[in-house]
Amino acid sequence: MTALQDPPPTAGAGARDADPSVAAAAATDAILRDTLHGTRRGVVVDSPPGAGKSTLVVRAARELAAAGRPLMIVAQTNAQVDDLVLRLAEKDPELPVGRLHSSEPGAFDPALAELPAVRTSAKIADLAGLDVVVSTAAKWAYTKVEEPWRHAIVDEAYQMRSDALLSVAGLFERALFVGDPGQLDPFSVVGAEQWAGLTYDPSASAVSTLLAHNPDLPQHRLPVSWRLPASAAPLVSAAFYPYTPFRSGTGPGERRLAFGVPGDGSGVDRVLDEAAESGWGLLELPARRTPRTDPEAVRAVALVVRRLLDRGGAASGEHAPEPTPLTAARIAVGTAHRDQAAAVRAALAELGVSDVTVDTANRLQGREFDVTVVLHPLSGRPDATAFHLETGRLCVLASRHRHACIVVCRAGVADLLDEHPSTEPVSLGVTVKFPDGWEANHAVLAHLQEHRVAWRP
Amino acid sequence: MSLIETLARMEAVAAGRARPRCTVRHRHLSESPLVLVPLTTAGEAGAPLGALVGTDREKPALLAVPQPRNRDLRFAFLAELAETVLPYVDGFADAVEWEERKETDPETGKKVPVQVELCADAPQLIVPSAAGVEYVRLLGRSMRFRRTAEQEPEAAHPAPPHVPLLGRWLTHFGERARVPGAGLLLPMTGLLARHWATGQSVLEDQHLGALLAWIDPPPGRSGQEAAEFAESARDADGQLRCPPAGPATDPAFDNRLLAPAMARYDAGLTGAEEELRALIEGQLRPTWDAVWRGLDLLRALPEGARVADRWKRDRWSYTAHRDRVRAGEPPQPRRDDAVTAAQKLSARETAQAQLDAQEALDDPLVMAGRRLAGEAFAGTVTAVEMAMSEGKRPMPRPLVTLRTADRPLLSGGAKLYRPLADGRTQPAEFVAYAPGEPDVLVVRLTGGMGRSRTPEPGSVPEPADTVCWTLFEHAPRGGPELPDPEDTPWTHGGPPSATTDAPHETADPVTAEDFL
Repeated sequence: MTALQDPPPTAGAGARDADPSVAAAAATDAILRDTLHGTRRGVVVDSPPGAGKSTLVVRAARELAAAGRPLMIVAQTNAQVDDLVLRLAEKDPELPVGRLHSSEPGAFDPALAELPAVRTSAKIADLAGLDVVVSTAAKWAYTKVEEPWRHAIVDEAYQMRSDALLSVAGLFERALFVGDPGQLDPFSVVGAEQWAGLTYDPSASAVSTLLAHNPDLPQHRLPVSWRLPASAAPLVSAAFYPYTPFRSGTGPGERRLAFGVPGDGSGVDRVLDEAAESGWGLLELPARRTPRTDPEAVRAVALVVRRLLDRGGAASGEHAPEPTPLTAARIAVGTAHRDQAAAVRAALAELGVSDVTVDTANRLQGREFDVTVVLHPLSGRPDATAFHLETGRLCVLASRHRHACIVVCRAGVADLLDEHPSTEPVSLGVTVKFPDGWEANHAVLAHLQEHRVAWRP
Repeated sequence: MSLIETLARMEAVAAGRARPRCTVRHRHLSESPLVLVPLTTAGEAGAPLGALVGTDREKPALLAVPQPRNRDLRFAFLAELAETVLPYVDGFADAVEWEERKETDPETGKKVPVQVELCADAPQLIVPSAAGVEYVRLLGRSMRFRRTAEQEPEAAHPAPPHVPLLGRWLTHFGERARVPGAGLLLPMTGLLARHWATGQSVLEDQHLGALLAWIDPPPGRSGQEAAEFAESARDADGQLRCPPAGPATDPAFDNRLLAPAMARYDAGLTGAEEELRALIEGQLRPTWDAVWRGLDLLRALPEGARVADRWKRDRWSYTAHRDRVRAGEPPQPRRDDAVTAAQKLSARETAQAQLDAQEALDDPLVMAGRRLAGEAFAGTVTAVEMAMSEGKRPMPRPLVTLRTADRPLLSGGAKLYRPLADGRTQPAEFVAYAPGEPDVLVVRLTGGMGRSRTPEPGSVPEPADTVCWTLFEHAPRGGPELPDPEDTPWTHGGPPSATTDAPHETADPVTAEDFL
C-alpha cells in the first residue's frame, strides 16, 4: 500500500467542506482496509453518537466472512447481540450466523428463530463452522475453544471493562474494536483505586487498556453523525468531543418537526414550539431543592410527552420527505436514576400515555428516537456528585434524538455547578479525560439557556 | 445515601441521639480481638510515633519512638510491634478442622475432592478509623521487602528478624480489609457507622470520639453537644480534650508538647524518654478506651445469622496466607499483575453483592431499606392459584397474589427470590399487577417446590401468609474464570514476566533519603 492510495485526511479543512457521505465512506474504507489487510493485531474505531457504528460492524463482518475468514463478535448486552444478528440477517439473509446465548429461558429475541440462516445455541460446539458467531462478553467469558478465532469484532468496546476483555481476549488472534468514547464509562460497585494508573486497571475501559499496551495500533474515527440533526451535532461535538469533532449528515432545515395543533400558550406548549423550531428546548421550573423523584419535575416531563402526542407531531427528514406522525414509539424519556424513571412511568400512566420508552442513561445507550425528553441529572439537587457530573451521562441523554431534545430542569443548576467544582482525586498514570463533566455541563447549559421557557406548574 | 439512611439521620438530629440502622450485628467480632491504635509522625511519611496494642483492655502494650527520625529507633519499634502482634497472629495457626474442597487433579485435570485444613478461628485486628486501616497497609508495604541480617549479611541496615514477616501479615490484613464484609481487619468508625446513623455528615463520622458521642452521649447532653465537645474542646493549655484517633496527631500537641520533649531527648536529658512515653500514651489512651467502648456497644447487638458464613471466608483467607508463609513463598508483589487485579476486583464485587443480600436477609431493618428503594417488597398473600408448566413433564407453577404497600421497581418477567424456612432460596417471577389495583400483584413460583407434580409441603405460601420477595439474588455467583497469569493476552501486555523488570522478592532500592 502506498501513500498515494490513502484517502485524504478526514479531519482536514478540505474534507470538512466535502459531502458528508464522501467523508464517511473514505473513513469506512480505511477502516476496512486495516481490518482486512492490515498487519496489526488490533484496529480501534471511535464513533460519535449515531455515526453508523452498527452499519460498520455489519459491513466488516460480512466482508470478513466473504473473504473466507470466520469471526466472532463480542457485544455487551443481549439486546445489542440480538440487534446485530437481526441487522446481519437483514443485509444478507444467506449468511450463516450463530447466536450463542445463555441457557436461561428467554435468553434471546424470539424473532431470531424465524431467520433461516441463523442458528441459536447455548453450546459453542453447536455453532462450529458458522461464518459469524455473536454473543455477549459475559457469555464468551465462559466459552472454551480449542483453536482461537482468527478475527473478532468487539462492539461497544468503550463500555466494556478491561477485566471483561481479559477474560475473552484469549479467544481471538486479532480484533476490530468499535465504540463511542463519549458515552458512560464502565464502573465498579467496589473501590478500584488501588489499581488506578496501572495500564491494566481492571475497572478501566477495554480500549484504554488495549491502547496502553499497544499504543501504535491504527486508530480511526467516523466523522459524520447520521442521527443527530444539524442543530445538535455542533453542540454535542463541541461539548463532549472537543478534540475529535464530527458533524451531522444532514444540513440545517433538512429535518423538520411540526405540530398539527397550535400551542395553547402554556409553558409546555411554548417549549415544544421552541424545540420544533430549534431542535432544543429547556423547560425551566422554579429553583428548589427536591428529592430525587421531584414530583413537579416528573409531572412536567409527563405533560411534555402528553402534549407531544396530543398536538399531532409530525417529523420529516432525508429518508421521509412526507411528514410521518410522531408516535409514542419514537419518543423517549431519559433520567439519571431508576427511581426517577419509575416515577415518570407512573406519571405517564396517569396521563394515559403508554409505549413511550422511559429509562436511565445507562439503558438508553445505543438507542435512537425522534424526540427525547430529559430530566436533567442535576435538577433540584443540593450537590453535584461525580455520578451526576459524569460526562457520559449527559452525553447519552443529549444525543439520542433525530429531531429535538427537550430538557426539564429546575433553575439554578449553573450556580450549583459553580459551588461544586470537580474534586475527584488525581492519580498518577491515569489519562485525564477531556472534557470533564463540569465543563461539559456548563457548555450544554449555556446552549440550552438560549432555548429557555420558564414555567411555574 | 439511601432514603432510609437519610431518614435515620434526620431522626437522629431531631432526637439528639444516633438511630439504629440495624437490628443485628453484621460483622463478626472475635472473642479476643487485637486492638491496635497507631500514631504517626507529622511530616514523616511512614515514621511511626507510637502505638498501643494488645488483647487486654486493661493492659495495653505501649510502643513509643522517642525520636522518629532515627532509623534504628524506628526499627526497634517495628521489632517490638512484631514481637507483640506475630504471636497473636500465629496463635490461630495450629487449631484446625478439616474441610472437603474440590481441587483440580494435575494429572487427570478432573476436579476431585480433597481434605484440606481450615483454621478453627482467625485473628482479628481492630483499629480506630479508616485512616488506621490505611496505616496498617503502609506499615505492611514498608516492611515486607526489608531484608534481615540472616537474608543479607552484607547489607548496611539489616531489619530485625520478624519485621519482614509482620509486613507480609499486615499487607494480607490490609488487602483482606478491601473485601466487602471481611473481618480480619476492621476500623471501629466503620463498624459503628454501619450499625448507627448519627445526626452529622458521613465525613464527621470518621471522628471516633464524635461518633461515640452521638451513639452513647453522656447523661444530660445531646449527641450534637457531646460530638462538638469531642471534636473541638480544648483545655487551658490549648490541647484537645479528646485527642484524635490517629494515626495523625493534633498540631497543637506536636508543637507545644511533643517538639520540646523531643528536643530534651535529643539533648540527652535524663528522664526525657520517660516524659515522651508518657506524652504519647496520653494521646493514645483515650482512643484505646474509645475502641473498647465501641466493642462493648457492638457486642450488645446479637450477631446476624449469616455472619458466621462470612467469617468462615476470613478463616479461609487466614489459612491460605498461613500456608503461603509456611511454604516459603515470597512476599506479596508490589503491584498486582493484570490477572490478579481482575480476580481481586471480581471477588470483591461478588462479596459486595453477597454482603448486600445477606445483610438484608438477616435484618428486617436493612430489608426495609431495600423495600423503600424498590428492590424488595413484602405483603400479605390474598390468593394462591395452582397452575402447571407446559412441556413434556408439567411442573407446578403456582400463581400467588399479594397485596403490598411497597412500590417495587418491577417490569414484566422480573426474577424474584424469597428465602424458605429451610434456608434455601425459592425463585419466582413477576407476572403482572392486578387490573386497576396498583397494590396487588401476581407472582409465579418457578422452583423450590421439589421434583414431584405436587409441591412439597411448606414450599408454597398460603393465603394470609406474610411474604417478602427480593429482586436481588440471595447467593450471587462469582465472575468467569480468568486466564492463568502466564496466558495473559496481548491486549493486556502479555505474560507478566515479560513486562516487569525485577523479580518481586528483591528489597526496595536504597535511596539517599534512607541515610538522612
